[in-house]
Amino acid sequence: MADTILELDDINVYYGAIHALKGISLKVEQGEVVTLIGTNGAGKTTTLATICGLMRSKTGTLKYAGQDISKCATHRLVCDGLVMAPEGRGIFPNLTVGENMRIGAYACKDKVAIEKNLAHGYEVFPRLAERKRQKGGTLSGGEQQMLAIARSLMSQPKLLLLDEPSLGLAPLIVKTIFETIDRVNKDGVTILLVEQNANIALKHSDRAYVIESGEIAIEGKSADLLIDPRVKAAYLGES
Amino acid sequence: MFLLEVTSEQIFQQALNGVSKGAVYALIAVGYTMVYGVLQLINFAHGEVYMLGAYFAYYPAKWAGYIPDEGGEKPKVPLYFIGVCILFSMAACAAIGMLIERLAYRPLRNASRLAALITAIGVSLLLQNGSQIMFGSDPKYFPRFMDRESVQLGMFDVSNTQVTIMVVAAVAMIGLHLFVQKTKPGMAMRAVSFDMRTARLMGVNVDGTIALTFAIGSIMASIGGVLIAMDQPRLTPLMGLLMGLKAFVAAVLGGIGSIPGAALGGLILGIAESVVGTWSTTYADAVAFVILILVLLVKPSGLLGKTGREKV
Ligand SMILES: Nc1ncnc2c1ncn2[C@@H]1O[C@H](COP(=O)(O)OP(=O)(O)OP(=O)(O)O)[C@@H](O)[C@H]1O
Ligand SMILES: [Mg+2]
Repeated sequence: MADTILELDDINVYYGAIHALKGISLKVEQGEVVTLIGTNGAGKTTTLATICGLMRSKTGTLKYAGQDISKCATHRLVCDGLVMAPEGRGIFPNLTVGENMRIGAYACKDKVAIEKNLAHGYEVFPRLAERKRQKGGTLSGGEQQMLAIARSLMSQPKLLLLDEPSLGLAPLIVKTIFETIDRVNKDGVTILLVEQNANIALKHSDRAYVIESGEIAIEGKSADLLIDPRVKAAYLGES
Repeated sequence: MFLLEVTSEQIFQQALNGVSKGAVYALIAVGYTMVYGVLQLINFAHGEVYMLGAYFAYYPAKWAGYIPDEGGEKPKVPLYFIGVCILFSMAACAAIGMLIERLAYRPLRNASRLAALITAIGVSLLLQNGSQIMFGSDPKYFPRFMDRESVQLGMFDVSNTQVTIMVVAAVAMIGLHLFVQKTKPGMAMRAVSFDMRTARLMGVNVDGTIALTFAIGSIMASIGGVLIAMDQPRLTPLMGLLMGLKAFVAAVLGGIGSIPGAALGGLILGIAESVVGTWSTTYADAVAFVILILVLLVKPSGLLGKTGREKV
């Protein structure tokens, strides 16, 4: 039924001598929320960086919407709707909130669409509208994460890569962020979500991959993984 | 006591001269500061771009016959052709700036900073020596863009060239400020200077933005080269050396990476040099180096430099 929007097959990525991704294969279907969980240094960020062209794989194939993108420049992929909200939010503290929003649509040429998306973004995140003239660096952590998500929506993504959106935020804020992610997905954006907070990530996704030292260790439906004893022991802090 | 021979009017007069000198330092300093902002690289070839700016305005005038081959009285260059010369120089300098970036610095984007620094010095030497071959090492005399006249400004004497320098430099600096703060490519430059990786993730064409930074810095240097040549018409292939060093000091004094800092640093250096020059023109050239040492000792981040990561 659904089309495959993203497909990684046998991806190997190195940082010099460090073999960071060892033959990663995964798939994301149109409309899904897929989560990639794993501990520090497992290779989650590297996987996302490879998908959006910041890192290159030595082997295998990388397909987005049926096209080989293994040699595409990052800014071209943004035009084509493959957008990443980076780990640590990546807000530009020296730009205003409004400019941070606009830079999310940098690759977009259609002025009318930009203004429409901006208005829509401010509607969904009224807190950002109030602060649009403020420098990005003056926002709280939660507001910065909201801005990171709002900004990534400015270029009307088809596939959104989120790298640890819950990082360093209080539980209540994390809840709001994940409600936002649900809503973005309902609006038709496919999401690949990287998280260390396995509990909440599994509750807000359809399928999941567990990555351990650069390899996919477990994969399955998120609901199944929530009760999988291996996942429970290692990632959910239960035994 | 020789200090007493100088009146305060003379000092004010010199300070005013210093403003026009400093305005040109500022124009060149922004090139150092902007490139440092995006690449954390001191582009030592920038002084040579300034030198080329003067030569690139000289040649169109020569080709058009405004510099007679047999010497003798130079005809005055009409206003529209001055415009042609300046535009040619700006375009050629922008191209040279982008070429330097593309051929010399881009391949070293991920190399050590020392490698990039040595390359910058190499490019500077290449341009100096290449220019001696291309243009000859004997001085060229700039075409007659403007006849120097004295203008009375309140109690001070200034020349019309000095007024032109100040006005053109101010307009160029304000234009640059508006470009960086208000336009989309300017926003991209600020974003790239803060975080290249995230800017790329947002869809910014980082390589294009860096090339644009070089182009704009080079255009400012070209304007500086033309302005100086109008005031001091003797051109040599090595004229970029001292000017480049002084503009670099101005950028460091203002806080490298800060455009308003480059403007302030340029003005302070120009005024300091001229005031010292009231007593001794020999010591005037040393002022820049004394300032450099003081800044590095007392406040390496410069007057307006941020200790954080904001740069452009
Ligand atoms: N720039 C780099 N240079 C060298 N090694 C790196 C670099 N970036 C990451 N690595 C290594 O690659 C491996 C995977 O790192 P990655 O950042 O993908 O992990 P992660 O799963 O995102 O971890 P975290 O949860 O801490 O963000 C780690 O062993 C890390 O040390
Ligand atoms: Mg990570």
